[in-house]
Amino acid sequence: MGPVDYLLQQTMNAFSLGSIYALVAIGLAMVFGILRLINFAHGDLMMVACYSAFFLITTGIGFVATLIITIITTLLLGVLMERLAYRPVRGAPDVIMLLTSLAVSIFLENVFIMFLSPVPRSFRGVSPAFLDIVNHWGAVSVSNINLATIGITAVLFVLLLLFVTRTRLGIQMRATSEDLMAAQLVGININAVIMTAFAIGSAMAGIAGMLWAARLGKIDPLMGFIPLLKAFVAAVIGGFGSLAGAVLGAYLLGFAEIFLVGFLPPSLSSYRDAFVFVLLIIVLLVRPNGILGSSEREKV
Amino acid sequence: MLSLENVHVYYGNIHALNGISLHVDDGELVTLLGSNGAGKSTCLHAISRLLNLRQGTIRYRGEDFSRLSPYEVVQRGISQAPEGRHIFSGLTVGENLLMGASQRHNRLEIESDLQYVHSLFPVLKERLHQTAGTLSGGEQQMLAIGRALMSKPRLLLLDEPSLGLAPIMVQTIFAVIQKVRQEGGTVLLVEQNARQALEIADRGYVLETGSIMLEGSARELRTNAAVEKAYLGG
Repeated sequence: MGPVDYLLQQTMNAFSLGSIYALVAIGLAMVFGILRLINFAHGDLMMVACYSAFFLITTGIGFVATLIITIITTLLLGVLMERLAYRPVRGAPDVIMLLTSLAVSIFLENVFIMFLSPVPRSFRGVSPAFLDIVNHWGAVSVSNINLATIGITAVLFVLLLLFVTRTRLGIQMRATSEDLMAAQLVGININAVIMTAFAIGSAMAGIAGMLWAARLGKIDPLMGFIPLLKAFVAAVIGGFGSLAGAVLGAYLLGFAEIFLVGFLPPSLSSYRDAFVFVLLIIVLLVRPNGILGSSEREKV
Repeated sequence: MLSLENVHVYYGNIHALNGISLHVDDGELVTLLGSNGAGKSTCLHAISRLLNLRQGTIRYRGEDFSRLSPYEVVQRGISQAPEGRHIFSGLTVGENLLMGASQRHNRLEIESDLQYVHSLFPVLKERLHQTAGTLSGGEQQMLAIGRALMSKPRLLLLDEPSLGLAPIMVQTIFAVIQKVRQEGGTVLLVEQNARQALEIADRGYVLETGSIMLEGSARELRTNAAVEKAYLGG
């Protein structure tokens, strides 16, 4: 494999990985932008989606129906989470909201461990076989799952972009994220906006979860933690609360991870995550608010 | 008519409003005067339901406000241009104005009110597609007032609209306030610029450390010795 092919190969891999991080990071950033809440349970929505798909597929309703029902289930769970756990502590100090989201996360993980066992299950039966097919373009090989990940993410970006720029609810979401008090004073129903943010973020997390599981081939109750952590890093690098920043950070992170593994000597490549966090620290030292983050003025 | 009766508001342990009673009749321009920290903004925030009352009631047209959400207050016809303007600086001027119409659904009515706001502030029309953060301070204040007018309020709450503006801009803003009022609007105006506020107001209240110290017609307040000494600079 020549250097150009190698570069192309790794670029495809990086785009695919970055896409998943982006789907997760968008939900995190959307909720943080409005509520200043870091939703630790966001990764668990990925996990719930995978179990939902895992069990639904065995009922024989087919792949498409499984996908649709799973996305709706995840969306509703996200909305329910906000209504039951986060709305009662809205306006409380940030630490209390943070602890609440940790509690929701631990609760969900342990419910799944208790009732479904912590043993990983194979996801091979869920994702259709054609996703595992690997295309060989010259020396570059790209699996259908990577192509699907990149394609689905691109479509979702366009839909999200249209939503936040062309619809009244979308513009209200941007307004609320910029200034919660002013949003209330001009008559924006912030409950509806927050619910929408959770719905969109959760649906995206559900999709990301299934794509993630299709890559790894297995699911378990704690599977959401690593992608959550990576998405969190991506959002911080890009500028927390900014959607464009979250997407940019996610792809930077995807590229950093893939290329670090590619260029580091094999003995060091298992320290990939350590290098990723070093990268985070460097970015934060240079730009404490992230790449696209503005220095936020203190709210009175 | 808006009426506050014996309103108490706390920030934690701080007693910010200490039994305020006041009223604003339809068609009036009432001003709330007082120094920094007297509770003027707190009073407006209580009306807009950003703050809960510890005690007392706020009523508008006979309806008790104590269980409403802020957006429902706007629905009832009360909107506010807050102190510090609080425009959405990352949104365009047009999007900011559209946000002011969040509780309205008739496109034609929204469009005609947009024309009305453009006629009040022609500069906003020129800058419709510009990001609001790039506006000058005075233009931002115009946008904040225009945005509040986009909900077609029956009662407009204005918090320090002249703060930090050049004198010529202050004249423009006050002219618009008077125009809104002449067209049948009701205005509750919070101002540090007492002289200017009393020139256009019908009545006024003077707040001091969370209590109303004085109330009366604008003419009475203008000639009151204590007001003159404290707020009109002797």
